[in-house]
This record gives sequence, C-alpha cells and structure tokens, in this order.
Amino acid sequence: MSRLDPVFDRCRAEGRAALIGYLPAGYPTVEGSKDTLRTMVDSGCDLVEVGLPFSDPVMDGPTIQVAAEQALRAGFRVRDLFGVVESVAAAGGKAVVMTYWNPVLRYGVERFARDLAAAGGLGLITPDLVPDEAADWIAASDEHDLDRIFLVAPSSTEERIDLTSKSSRGFLYATSVMGVTGARDVVSNLAPELVKRVREHTDMPVGVGLGVRSGAQAAELAAFADGVIVGSAFVTAAADSPAAVRALTEDLATGVRSAVAPA
Amino acid sequence: MSPTGTVGSGQFAPTPHDPDERGHFGPWGGRYMPEALIAAVDELSVFYEKARVDPEFLAEFARLLKDYANRPSLLTEAKKFSRHAGGARVFLKREDLNHTGSHKINNVLGQALLTKRMGKKRVIAETGAGQHGVATATACALMDLDCVVYMGEVDTERQALNVARMRLLGAEVIPVKTGSRTLKDAINEALRDWVANVDDTHYLLGTAAGPHPFPLLVRDFHRVIGIEARIQILEQIGRLPDVVAACVGGGSNAIGIFHGFIDDPAVRLVGLEPGGDGIDTDRHGATLTKGLPGSLHGAMSYVMQDEDGQITEAHSISAGLDYPGVGPEHSHLKDIGRAEYRPVTDAEAMEAFALLSRTEGIIPAIESSHALAGAMQIGRELGEDAVILVNLSGRGDKDMDTAVKWFGLGVEGETR
Repeated sequence: MSRLDPVFDRCRAEGRAALIGYLPAGYPTVEGSKDTLRTMVDSGCDLVEVGLPFSDPVMDGPTIQVAAEQALRAGFRVRDLFGVVESVAAAGGKAVVMTYWNPVLRYGVERFARDLAAAGGLGLITPDLVPDEAADWIAASDEHDLDRIFLVAPSSTEERIDLTSKSSRGFLYATSVMGVTGARDVVSNLAPELVKRVREHTDMPVGVGLGVRSGAQAAELAAFADGVIVGSAFVTAAADSPAAVRALTEDLATGVRSAVAPA
Repeated sequence: MSPTGTVGSGQFAPTPHDPDERGHFGPWGGRYMPEALIAAVDELSVFYEKARVDPEFLAEFARLLKDYANRPSLLTEAKKFSRHAGGARVFLKREDLNHTGSHKINNVLGQALLTKRMGKKRVIAETGAGQHGVATATACALMDLDCVVYMGEVDTERQALNVARMRLLGAEVIPVKTGSRTLKDAINEALRDWVANVDDTHYLLGTAAGPHPFPLLVRDFHRVIGIEARIQILEQIGRLPDVVAACVGGGSNAIGIFHGFIDDPAVRLVGLEPGGDGIDTDRHGATLTKGLPGSLHGAMSYVMQDEDGQITEAHSISAGLDYPGVGPEHSHLKDIGRAEYRPVTDAEAMEAFALLSRTEGIIPAIESSHALAGAMQIGRELGEDAVILVNLSGRGDKDMDTAVKWFGLGVEGETR
C-alpha cells in the first residue's frame, strides 16, 4: 500500500484526475512559501510537490531556476524544508518533496528519509536519480515508508519503463515533453502515447507534467492521466499575489474535473 | 610510431582500469542524470563499443590524428627550465603543438566521428577557456555538423578571442548568464539543450566527466597522449620518468597521459589542481583536495559544495580549470592511491608561465602552467636525478589578456 493511494483513490472515485502543484520551499521566503502552499491546498491541490532549491537545476527552465536562486539568496537551508512540509501537513494537505539528488546525498539519504517522514511528507520525486543508482534510497524509503516517484520520458525504452515502474511507489511521473520545466502554450502530443505505453507495464497512477499552465490544458491531460502536475505557472502566480495563486488553483481544479479529449 | 591503428591493442584496448558496465570506477561515476537522457547515453555506449573495435573507425581516427591534428606531438626536454625545478630533467609533452593549440582536438575528432555514425547532425558543447569550444567548432566545420557552444558570460569576456575564433569557424556561441556564469553553468545549459533536442543532437562533452560512457570514451580518445609519451621518453633517455605531472580541471589531459604509465608502479602520477588564491581561502577550484563526494553533471565524484550540498563556485585564474567537479576516474585514482593531487596557486602558476616562456621560448596555457609549477615543486623535492614528464596540454596565446594584467605587460608597464 502506497502512502499516496488514498489521494488517487479519492480522485478516481470522483471520476477525475488529481491536481498536483509544485512550489520551491523558501520561495520567495520560507514563510512566504508556507503561505502559498497553504493557499494551493485550500483552493484545490490534491497533492503538493515541495521543491528543494538547488544551485544547479539542470532539468528546470528559467522560471524555476530564478525562483531557486532567489530562495537560496534569501538564505534557504535544507533543514528549512522539513518545516515547510510540516506546514502543508498541518493545513490538511498532502506533500511530497521534489529534489535533485546531491543535497540528499550530503544530508545523508537515511537521515533525509527519517526527517521527511517525521515532518509528515509522503514521498520523494527524484528528477536526476534513476532507479539504477538508487539502492540507498530504495532501502531508506522502505525503512521509513515513503513513496518514491521516479520519472519516465518519451525517450524511455520499454525495458526502462518496466524497470522504473517496478522501482516506483505512489505514482509514476511522466514528462510530457522532451525538455526542461516551463509553461507552454500547447500540450505535447508525446504525452498520451507515453502514458499508453506506461499503462502496459503498470496499474500505478501516472502523473503528467512539464508545461501545463491553464485549466484548459489540465482538462486535456486529465483525459488520459491520473494526475496533472503544474509547476512553473504556480511559481509565476506566487510572484504575483495570493489571489493569483488561488485563481490559478481554482482554474486548474476545474480543469481536472472536466476532462476533454486532446485536440 | 602508430599507437592507434591496431584492433584489440593500443589506444582503445580494454584496460584493467575500465569502469563496470554501468560506468562505475569503484563507488564513483555511474549515471546520476535525468531519465530523459538515459536513452541517449545508452545509444552512445552502443556506438562507442562498436567503434572501438571497428578497424574502419580506428583507421579513420588515426588518419585524422596524424594528417589533421599533427600527431604524434613532440616530446621536448626543457633544459633551462630544469634549473627552476631543482635541476631535475623536465620533459614536455607538446600538446600545445596540436591543431587548435591543445589536447582537446583528440577527443573532439573522436566524438565528431561518433556523431556522424549515430546519424546526428547537430553538436552542442560547453567551454570554459574556449579551447574545447574552438576544437569542437573546428571538428564540426571539418565534418559538416551544426555547432552550438555554451560558454559562461564571465568566460566570454576573459576569452573574447576564442569567441571570435569559434564564430569564424561557423559555430554559434551562446553566452550563459545564469548561476556563476562560468563552466558549470555552461554545462547546465548544454544539458538543458540536450534534453530538448536529443533526437538529432550529440552533446560533445569536453572532459572526462559526466555520465557513463563519457569518462570512458573521453579518456580513451586522449590515451594517445600517454601512449606516445611513453614511447618517446624511452627513445630519448632509455628509461621511464619518475613523475608524470598534469593539470586537472575536469581532468581529461591528465587521465590521457596517466594511462600511458598507470601500469608502471614506479611512476608517480601527480595531478595539479587550481589552488586559486590558496586552498585555505574560499577562492580556489581544488576539487580533489578540498571537495566532498557528490553527484554533479551526471556522475558521482568529488565535488566542491557547501554543507547543504549546494555546489559552490570554483575560482581560478585559468578559465579552463575553473570547475567545481572532476572526472570520476580521478576520484577513484585518488582513493586507491594510484595518483596524488596537489593544489597550485594562481601566483605559482603565473610564475611558471613566465619562466617557461623566458627559459624555453614556449608560452604555455595557464592551465598547463599549473602542471609546470607542480614540476618545479616536485623537482626541488626530488633533486637533479629525477625525470619529470609534464603534459603541456595547451599553448598560451589565448591567455595574453590575463598575462598583460598580471605582469603589467602593457605599454605603461614595459620596463624590461
């Protein structure tokens, strides 16, 4: 039984996709990120991904790069992450952490897992750790009952989708485009094909991310994915105002409830 | 001398020091990178494993090295420089005489050939000092490949001449304005490009770092340096050197020359790292001396980082050594004690830069000047019976702006 099963079970029961929103911890400040995440939870995110700001975010486009830089300049420390996760749990939300691997290595894989679990976090998304190199993390996540969300990409072979599915718990993160994070105008046509391939290997829920910024796009993804992941658009809204975060969340929450066949 | 031409021997033969099939040198190396790029590095592995035993590939590579890159490069004894190295005999492996002025051409010719074999049309590369960028632009011009070079904005200013050179060769140079605006950020940006364009694009990585198979294949393309040098020194003095010295940023020239002597246990292998203002300051790039294990740019290796695992900026007068990571095989060689690594400060490197210029009439790259400064120290430790082989990895023409500022060589400073 995965920690995230209840989230996806409830959404499935309601006949819709889950809305998964990303925000870097510490952006623009530690307290500011707690406020924004609370707003995201209150106005319709079924799950939030708390990002760990990293100096060298190779999978991120300009929006999240700049947000991470700003958080680090404002003095963000890895230990602050757990307070942010705790505040999501305290607000009744569900949180996983998304992080590049080096900060976890330095903190200590086992210690990171222990502190994340203690803070009420449910799992970890690892964009630059593939299962092949993840023996320590697999052991630590088993020990502390945390979900581990690995990524699959349009370029993944069947063998790799199979390996990644078997190594994951909670959900699989399908990157819908070949490219870095960042809001895009059009939902990639690679995504439905990738999700179809993934489903031949696993019954695990599939979240689709990279590029979503509107309810209409969310509705397109909701037609074939179990979770719609939105990142950069939340960062942009957070820079604007709490009202903008609320409006974006509500628009996306409506989108995941009104699945339409992709154009 | 033809060290490259024979199947199953020479430059591309498997060695007892090869990584496991997933690229691990002991606990180092591997693939710490996005899933989206795994298919591309798998493809590269497949093509490289075929190429390294394919007589046609080996012949083509050998021909390019000989007729285009000007190999074998010379081995020159630096008789007057020796006085500054405790009287030890110092021999220079003259990679500065290669086409484009450094060892970098060995690797780019090899990887450009692989790019053609993979049917890809576009090449991206990162560059620090510009030597790898110029070499890549050169190979792409020769082989009709589109070329985009990412270069930190700080480096485009330090190395403006090389930017012009790359553009003249037909490459697009993109200044990188994120992070510390130096080599590590150029690599980040190249990786971002690669994820988006991997179908038709090869990332021509310039050093023996990154995800498997880059540390293996970059090393192999540079093994020619050590193979030639070993033959040459035996021809010239009838014995092996006591010490092989090379500068280490990412570590490609060092790993290339080290491998010629790695199975000669009496030969000490010494890597010289950029010590910047000194390793007790926070302005240096001595990754192996002061870094901690970590994953950066696709591999597990020593990395300069803070206690949170955030990568710290490296500092060196030499743009080509200004990198907070290092190739994983060097981390392995350090751990098993087969190689030793020492820091050389900016001031020590610049002293060696001037000394070689004046004593031998050879202006070295500032990168290579770190190896020369190391040879001066080691020579003084060992005395006049010692033989030190220095990899003179590049020439110093590109460093004239830095030298003008450091020594006051401008019109007003012309006092000598």
